[in-house]
Amino acid sequence: MNINRRDFIKANAVAAAASVAGISVPVQASNLITASELTKIKWDKAACRFCGTGCGINVGVMDGKVVATHGDIKSPVNKGLNCVKGYFLSKIMYGKDRLTTPMLRMKNGHYDKEGDFTPISWEQAFDIMEQKAKETLRNVGPTGLGMFGSGQWTIHEGYAAAKLMKAGFRSNNIDPNARHCMASAVVGFMRTFGIDEPMGCYDDIEATDAMVLWGSNMAEMHPILWTRITDRRLSAKHVKVAVLSTFQHRSFDLADNGMIFEPQTDLAILNFIANYIIENDKVNKDFVNKHTRFAMGNTDIGYGLRPDHPLEKRAKNAAKAGGSSSIDFDEYAKFVSTYTLDYVSQLSHVPKQNLIDLAELYADPNRKVCSFWTMGFNQHTRGVWANNLVYNIHLLTGKISTPGNSPFSLTGQPSACGTAREVGTFSHRLPADMVVDNAKHREISENKWKLPKDTIPPEPGYHAVLQNRMLKDGKLNFYWVQCNNNMQAAANINQEGYPGYRNPKNFIVVSDPYPTVTAQAADLILPTAMWVEKEGAYGNAERRTQAWYQMVEAPEGAKSDLWQLVEFSKRFKVEEVWDKEILDKNPEYKGKTLFEVLYANGQVNKYSLDEIPEDRLNHESRDFGFYLQKGLFEEYASFGRGKAHDLAPYERYHQERGLRWPVVDGKETLWRFKEGYDPYVTPGTDFEFYGHPDGKAVIFALPYEPPAEVPDRTYDLWLSTGRVLEHWHSGSMTRRVEELHKSMPNALVYLHPEDAKDRNLRRGDAVKIISRRGEVETRVETRGRNKPPKGLVYMPWFDASRLVNKVTLDATDPLSKETDFKKCAVRIEKV
Amino acid sequence: MKYLLTTCFALLLCSPMAMQSVSANDEKTNIATLRNHTPIEGQQPTKSIPKVINNDKVQMRNYPMQPPLIPHTIRGYEVNLNSNKCMACHSRQRTAESLAPMVSVTHYMDREGNFLAELSPRRYFCNQCHVNQTESKPLVENSFVDMHKLMKQKSQQQ
Repeated sequence: MNINRRDFIKANAVAAAASVAGISVPVQASNLITASELTKIKWDKAACRFCGTGCGINVGVMDGKVVATHGDIKSPVNKGLNCVKGYFLSKIMYGKDRLTTPMLRMKNGHYDKEGDFTPISWEQAFDIMEQKAKETLRNVGPTGLGMFGSGQWTIHEGYAAAKLMKAGFRSNNIDPNARHCMASAVVGFMRTFGIDEPMGCYDDIEATDAMVLWGSNMAEMHPILWTRITDRRLSAKHVKVAVLSTFQHRSFDLADNGMIFEPQTDLAILNFIANYIIENDKVNKDFVNKHTRFAMGNTDIGYGLRPDHPLEKRAKNAAKAGGSSSIDFDEYAKFVSTYTLDYVSQLSHVPKQNLIDLAELYADPNRKVCSFWTMGFNQHTRGVWANNLVYNIHLLTGKISTPGNSPFSLTGQPSACGTAREVGTFSHRLPADMVVDNAKHREISENKWKLPKDTIPPEPGYHAVLQNRMLKDGKLNFYWVQCNNNMQAAANINQEGYPGYRNPKNFIVVSDPYPTVTAQAADLILPTAMWVEKEGAYGNAERRTQAWYQMVEAPEGAKSDLWQLVEFSKRFKVEEVWDKEILDKNPEYKGKTLFEVLYANGQVNKYSLDEIPEDRLNHESRDFGFYLQKGLFEEYASFGRGKAHDLAPYERYHQERGLRWPVVDGKETLWRFKEGYDPYVTPGTDFEFYGHPDGKAVIFALPYEPPAEVPDRTYDLWLSTGRVLEHWHSGSMTRRVEELHKSMPNALVYLHPEDAKDRNLRRGDAVKIISRRGEVETRVETRGRNKPPKGLVYMPWFDASRLVNKVTLDATDPLSKETDFKKCAVRIEKV
Repeated sequence: MKYLLTTCFALLLCSPMAMQSVSANDEKTNIATLRNHTPIEGQQPTKSIPKVINNDKVQMRNYPMQPPLIPHTIRGYEVNLNSNKCMACHSRQRTAESLAPMVSVTHYMDREGNFLAELSPRRYFCNQCHVNQTESKPLVENSFVDMHKLMKQKSQQQ
């Protein structure tokens, strides 16, 4: 229908004339509704459901439905802005195929691994889960049980899950999908500083003179932080932006110095910068002498593949990957001296002048500098090293922990920091940076949890990649996946993902709001409430903890992950899960359920429902009879208070637009380790890296080592995978929003026009990407937003109908166990 | 002729293409909607890259704060350190000539809410919020309800 402005006005003339003449028309006849009781939207604050930036969101509710969302003007993170995904948050909960009933694979009325998904009740769902979990406990013991969680879990959910697994079922086989995302950053922090998470904060952006993106495409993956970087670069002329990547992408649009490097040579570039700083006498000697020490890390550490893989057998230090020895400055200087301009330029293919300009941003004592990185560094078989090496150059120059001087490890997910790291949902961790293989840490945790000594097992559990391998090998038999889509997200689906889920020995439970690829691979699916259908809290990349209330009801039948975990715990008596020895020594626990010892323990159930404002929904608390979220948060917060991880009282998070920990005397901390900003720094020390007992940060000598797989004659191209602006991760939420789907309908393979021509391919042709592990069909894009150099192709992984992870390699960083999704060898064939 | 057509149709049903169509049983095991109910080991043939919608028709927003969608192609538009092609039509100074909608007033505000004389640099990269639409169908229906519909229902009940 075509109608021009004049026709349109004519058609509306009646209403217009009435209003112009001042005639009062009844409400129904007016073209506008103005009565406030009808037009009123109830606005509330939440944190965004998507990336690690942690934007504040205003959520508008009318008649129990979310009708609008926009960026929270009061949030210091985004000051009213959202990216395109964020602006469409209001529609992510309303995909028509929301799951509303548990579904079990059944044949003839009974569970059958090969059966069809059949609707069952929650009671029946927990019955079969209970039966399968108890069977596994009897036949295999606690190590047969596992859980795969998420950096998108709320803090409460991650904490409840970690407690249920580590203390309840006494299995450390719990890991979050954050393992795929920033495990390398965590180990990098622990090695260099002895304490996790960034020292700086987003305020660094407005205070700096230079920003360097190491393998990060913030324009698409952290769009709102990118608006702050853009704001800074364009409003202050002297500010410079450098962007490094293995292919050209949108962040290059703002780059003063854009550099394409050969995959894996970022390690050499980082060592070149250190060498440049030393050779040009730009070391901040006073800072280095007072606040750092040097170490030589073990090399030849393998690629985190299965132990029988030839690459692992050949690696000298695969078993001692984390080892290091003390060295002095001169030895370090000698070590990096081989990373000359000529050598590194030749290795990396980055022109010499670009390398010098980059090094100068760090070396120039009059320039403040921030480094940003995410998956380019972290998803890297030497990801921990890359993290250590970037800290080296900030430490050598003392450009750290002060406004504008900031090595900044970004996180991918909304609560990778808050839930995965701070709560400690990793297979080796406990809350507040503690670890399971430390007897003192276990004792502290057991005391806080009011549990018998030796409840927490001392051996680290199976990490994400190992979980898939153990499922395939039949050693992990009861497996619960919550809040992630690992059948689409994990590398090497064909060989190491799917076989384990379908192994007849295993029972797989998947909790999700939607029928995802992972749900399809499951035996039992639990319909799950999401985002503002529950109360929650997230922790973003700058240590900001943010909470929200439940704002709408979940679809009838869907329950939050938190409710599922706590309700399931009622099904187990301690006699059924703990050793007899523990109970004989601690008879007072006998006869109790896991619900009683973990959640109704006098701490978690301490706060009454009266503390929840009457007009607030809170499905879980009203069901269990106490303010569950507050109880969990306060018990969890007791781990970090007084230990440099202080959180404010829970209710304050409902008032504030988030607070950056440590929150001491009611005040948040913007820069850690620096006197004057961080209350934990001993007066008179100026800087103190108190994560290590000597207060010093470690500068590591670590070399360039080649990647696990490189292109050859048969597989002649590099493949890098990643995300896109318009979709969140596997697209299970955003691809159900029409506008987002139509803006980015399918995952294409981006390749250089000459690579296309050489293969007789044109834009839009159907092709197969083939690796040693599998193949995926897609279409060729030669003029899109990503411009790879010759020899490299890029394909995003959001598209459930085109599973690029059938092709990727499950090689990991041996230190962090994080998969390298950025490098493997493929070939492309026309379909 | 009719017979021939029927035979062709029957043959088509047995062809590999038709094998990949969804059966009722598939929907009970291969439940992933976004895979069009395909087994995880398999893959449906890919569709060609859809065209970008280029009809200049303004699409109604889902709510007032939604960034408007771009109803025209932006192929070759440069938005980088040197220039911003979008603002060649959508800036205040250009709309009288271009007849394009002026960027919202919010786009002239800095982080603190002060109005600037020119587009705020924090809004410089237009395509972080404004996106094209392609000629593709939604994968799943969405039951989001427009606030206006809810409001009208209530007003009619009164």
